[in-house]
Amino acid sequence: MGESITFWVLAVVSVIAALGLVFSRRAVYSALMLGVVMLSLAVLYAVQDAPFLAAVQIIVYTGAVMMLFLFVLMLVGVDSSDSLVETIRGQRFWAIVGGLGFAVLLAAGIGNAVVGAPRGLTAATQAGNVPSLAELIFTRHVFAFEVTSALLITAALGAMVLAHRERSEPKPTQKDLSRQRFVAFGRTGKNPAPLPGPGTYARHNAIDMPALLPDGSVSPLSVNRYIARYEESQGILPPEVARVLEQEEAAQRANGHSTPTVADEARDGGPDTEPMAEEGPVEEGVVAGRVVSARADARSEEDGK
Amino acid sequence: MTTHYLVLSALLFAIGGVGVLVRRNAIVVFMCVELMLNACNLAFVTFARQNGNLDGQLIAFFVMIVAAAEVVIGLAIIVTIFRTRRSASVDDVSLLKY
Repeated sequence: MGESITFWVLAVVSVIAALGLVFSRRAVYSALMLGVVMLSLAVLYAVQDAPFLAAVQIIVYTGAVMMLFLFVLMLVGVDSSDSLVETIRGQRFWAIVGGLGFAVLLAAGIGNAVVGAPRGLTAATQAGNVPSLAELIFTRHVFAFEVTSALLITAALGAMVLAHRERSEPKPTQKDLSRQRFVAFGRTGKNPAPLPGPGTYARHNAIDMPALLPDGSVSPLSVNRYIARYEESQGILPPEVARVLEQEEAAQRANGHSTPTVADEARDGGPDTEPMAEEGPVEEGVVAGRVVSARADARSEEDGK
Repeated sequence: MTTHYLVLSALLFAIGGVGVLVRRNAIVVFMCVELMLNACNLAFVTFARQNGNLDGQLIAFFVMIVAAAEVVIGLAIIVTIFRTRRSASVDDVSLLKY
């Protein structure tokens, strides 16, 4: 009785999660759904007299394999969702029809097979599940077990070889980076110093808190433009920050040449930072795109006004 | 009761197969392959119980080992392809056709 309750609950959960895995648009949701399926299968193993496999399932699958999947998802880009364009016409429809047919065929075949009452594993596992499995692994199947060790080593080496990347140019040293900063300073007047910190007398270091200059005024370099825009739209922008931003905008309009902001920096990137941008992670490009588009939005809003 | 487990395993396998055919993101395709392997493992464990023989559980154990190795290599390949093509879609990797 207890077993059938467990089975029906977990069967429903795992089938729904499997459907979610296939049909959710976002890859991260798919990964989470796969985790749910694996956990419920682990419980089903435990119910079916396979405690060792249940533990291995949780450790290997939900522990290692899912983590690998999530790491690769984060590397490749969480936002990567599928394209809706079908390269083969009707592929989706026929795939689903084929899957349904396959499921019905298998289920009917299993339903028709004469399956007696299960014999159970009590006779086979008199010494306990793990000792009996160990005995089988290290006596009858010892050769297969040794071969799996070779397989695992090969897989580890292969992953290292595949994921390794030779540097085509030397890594920029601290000296090179510093020189790049000052070349940019000479060319565009970009501030070579780091962005201002929260300051000695700061009571907060949250990102929405502007840094204070020694005279107590707000440093415009430290104002986060996204947060400022959000706060402006919500009407909760602190007046001193608003004043500083206005001053900066006025100055920009006055001399036509803007003081380089994060967005400008991201937009032109500078010819001297090109190799680095190429080397850097994908996010750089994405972030730059977002910043630029955010600035463009701001400009169009201004034009609207 | 054994039949129920086998039908569940068949269902999960079919869903995984549909996923492999339908999805384009290489990582999700890979997850669906894992789902199919898991479904097979469930069937093996069920058969072990049905026949009163531990060999089924042993095979499921080996399947897990092979699946772990396969995931490592497959994800490394996906990362390598992503590095050169900036895409994880299986449609973009069709150069061998030509």
